Amino acid sequence: MSFNTLWFVLIAVLWIGYFILEGFDFGVGILLKTVAKTQAERRTVLTTLGPVWDGNEVWLLVAGGATFAAFPEWYATLFSGFYLPLFLILVSLIVRGVSFEYRSKYGKPEWRGRWDNAIVIASALPAVLWGVAFANIVRGVPLEKSASGAIEYSGGFFNLLNPYAILGGLTTFSLFVAHGAFFLALKTEGEIRVRANAIGQKMGLATAIFAVAFLGWTITSLTSDVKVVTGSLIVVVCWLSALAANYKGREGWAFLFSAITTAFVVITLFSGLYPNVMPNRIAGGVGLDIFNASSTQYTLKVMTVVAVVMTPIVLIYQGWTYWVFRKRISPSQIANADSGVLDQIH
Amino acid sequence: MNALDLARWQFAITTVYHFIFVPITIGSGFLVAALQTAWYRTNNDKWLRATKFFGKLFLINFAIGVVTGIVQEFQFGMNWSSYSRFVGDIFGAPLAMEGLLAFFLESTFLGMWIFGWDRLPKKMHLASIWLASTGTLLSAYFILAANAFMQHPVGYVYNQTTGRAELKNIFTVLFQQTAVSAFVHTITFAFLTAGALFAGVSGWMIMKGRDVEIARPIMKAGLITIIVSFLLVGVSGDWTARIMTKQQPMKMAAAEALYDTKANAPFSLFTVGTLDGSKSVFQIGLPSILSFMSTGDVNGTVEGVNDLQAKYEKQYGPGNYKPTIALAYWSFRLMIGFGFIVALFAAFALWRTRKGAMPTSKWFARALIVLPFLPILGNSFGWIFTESARQPWVVFGLFKTADGVSPGVSAGNVLFTMITFTLLYGVLAVIEFGLMVRTIKVGMEKTPAKDADAKTLTMAY
Ligand code: HDD
Ligand code: HEM
Ligand code: HEM
Repeated sequence: MSFNTLWFVLIAVLWIGYFILEGFDFGVGILLKTVAKTQAERRTVLTTLGPVWDGNEVWLLVAGGATFAAFPEWYATLFSGFYLPLFLILVSLIVRGVSFEYRSKYGKPEWRGRWDNAIVIASALPAVLWGVAFANIVRGVPLEKSASGAIEYSGGFFNLLNPYAILGGLTTFSLFVAHGAFFLALKTEGEIRVRANAIGQKMGLATAIFAVAFLGWTITSLTSDVKVVTGSLIVVVCWLSALAANYKGREGWAFLFSAITTAFVVITLFSGLYPNVMPNRIAGGVGLDIFNASSTQYTLKVMTVVAVVMTPIVLIYQGWTYWVFRKRISPSQIANADSGVLDQIH
Repeated sequence: MNALDLARWQFAITTVYHFIFVPITIGSGFLVAALQTAWYRTNNDKWLRATKFFGKLFLINFAIGVVTGIVQEFQFGMNWSSYSRFVGDIFGAPLAMEGLLAFFLESTFLGMWIFGWDRLPKKMHLASIWLASTGTLLSAYFILAANAFMQHPVGYVYNQTTGRAELKNIFTVLFQQTAVSAFVHTITFAFLTAGALFAGVSGWMIMKGRDVEIARPIMKAGLITIIVSFLLVGVSGDWTARIMTKQQPMKMAAAEALYDTKANAPFSLFTVGTLDGSKSVFQIGLPSILSFMSTGDVNGTVEGVNDLQAKYEKQYGPGNYKPTIALAYWSFRLMIGFGFIVALFAAFALWRTRKGAMPTSKWFARALIVLPFLPILGNSFGWIFTESARQPWVVFGLFKTADGVSPGVSAGNVLFTMITFTLLYGVLAVIEFGLMVRTIKVGMEKTPAKDADAKTLTMAY
């Protein structure tokens, strides 16, 4: 395997990590007001994310940094081209991050209510937009050579909102909501667990419809490569297993299968893409692939050493966090749920 | 304003903003870990209360540091795509390493620390804050190594066919002197910043008569941290200045508003220049100090702005190679000045509070409140100096800022995102400031939860 292919695979791995982990973060955020009614319940829901959300988000930062290092042309074209969607994602991630940290500092309902709304919206937007972005990459976007010979995106904002991409966005949105619901059912006790289980089932069915439509569209009109067809079948089988497990109340299995499904969605899209990284939609135009977008072999080699040493170490200690915080949380464990640490001056 | 100017403003605003929080995080992460170590060693509850209290301040600040950092990671691609293409082969590597080695470490173990009070053995819990602190230090190193490449590009070759810089030796990039000196200078300064925060907050508590027996030793430790750090900031600043003069003589000339090459050059304390920035009209200076600062010899020759301009025109072709001289001159002085005032006050306060005394005057109380803000200003001016006096280059001698901007992104788009980020950052600043103040007013928890046997969680969001 060439270093270029290896890095294509590694970038896919980083996105898999990101979507599995922040995918359920998004889902939990979106469901905050739906599954949790009392203050104790809301705080239970947020506490399931507490120890892990920042670490989950780092998968995105590393995917960004690694793309910069291994495929600078891809990094440059993608992020300057998908300018406004990326901007909306960044704003959402900013708002979400501080909301988690600040929301329960005061007990005032208005204060908490505003942050709760912020969490729901700032979780929903990226959940849709990542799907829109990836669908566009797979579909191909208009690219043109600039004066300096760089391959730049030339499509504008509304070009990105085509039906295929929107279907992609709906797919990731519903997938993450269901994935988040499975996570909550696994991590909580009482009412939240019951509600999450029910929502997981409903959203799970919606996801099944969106995913089949999206993958079907991909296969019929973009690529019927055998890897894509196989990947799509695995996605469907895993997803049905997740739904079956959720139906039977086997929460661990439901979450595991939805994680695998998420992984296979990414694998399927990336294998449809390979060896391109950003195909050109304009007929006859040049697109970006793993060769013309990549760094030199020396840089790829250096980065390979770093990634091969560090990724397993990161996986071990991050996995260990999940082990440390494996216990279910119940609203009865939240002391003084209605008040915040800053309410009273001692 | 065109897309270039706007992109520069956006970069300056978002980076300076990110860097308000970063030094506080780096310095106070370490100090909180030190407090917890004191508790671990002595088992005295007062250190536990202090750890929790300063830990809260640390976390409020950390949250904004993290979320503003995310913007930084993607901004190169969004607004500076030509720059990203040109240096990606080199510049992306430290950025990716920062994520893999530093951000994962810091975020994962900080999560462990925040929520792990009742889940981890005491020793492991202590280790987690130290690991998070290590993560912040590593993070600073990698990003400063990337920045050092922009100040002094090394370990690369220029590829004629692709028109890009290519990495030749990663170790040269990561461990060049410019990176090491910038790291030492920035980190020591981060400790000074945190020292000022700790001293200011605990000093205020003493004056209010709250938890005096805990606040006292912390104030002393904060003041000592300031003074020790300032000495190291000075030493590393001197080292940095010498390296800089060799690598970017124009920067030193601009910092001193030294227009014509001179031996025994004075260090200027005050200057007024002409509008076109070709000579100074009025100047007060300390004899020979500049020569010493930049060459290590009082008789050393320091090149002036006009001579360097002529030299660069020969070397790089026609163009303006002068940065904004007044900005360079004053930001350099303000950087040093703010640090100096903090250190001076720290020395004074240490002397006045010896043997358990505590001044009661109003101005002393006010000074304690202002104290934590001064290093932040010093830091910002330091970066404004470093980055703006490198202009017109984004990578010195190799690539101009004007060539780096994204060709496909319209001025309207940059303006829109800039305004939104600025407004959002403004709102966040107000919220964060309010929370910090309120946390300080609320003060330390009276009885820290006895973690292990509690029925409820020690920490919940
Ligand atoms: C208030 C904080 C503070 C204080 C008191 C000082 N510095 Fe500083 N300085 C910084 C905070 C800073 C900084 C913000 O951290 C910078 C910006 C970039 C960097 O690496 O550090 C910096 C940069 C910086 C540079 C530019 C490096 C470059 O552009 O390559 C020089 C030459 C100095 N410093 C020199 C000094 C000297 C001689 C000082 C005398 C005591 C000094 N600094 C005090
Ligand atoms: C956190 C501390 C930093 C601050 C406060 C800072 C500040 C600034 C400022 C004020 C400018 C605008 C200069 C001008 O346009 O005249 C600038 C430019 C720039 N800086 Fe920095 N910088 C910091 C660190 C870095 C680092 C670590 C990097 C790279 C890793 C970097 C990369 C750049 C780039 C690419 C520009 C181009 C825009 C321009 O020159 O106008 N900066 N920075
Ligand atoms: C322009 C270049 C910069 C980029 C791309 C950048 C990127 C980032 C990112 C993505 C984060 C969030 C990490 C997380 O989620 O945990 C972050 C936080 C951090 N950055 Fe920056 N940063 C820049 C400038 C700097 C500089 C110059 C320093 C240090 C000298 C620094 C030190 C830190 C530290 C210590 C943190 C973690 C603590 C905190 O957030 O306050 N950064 N940065």
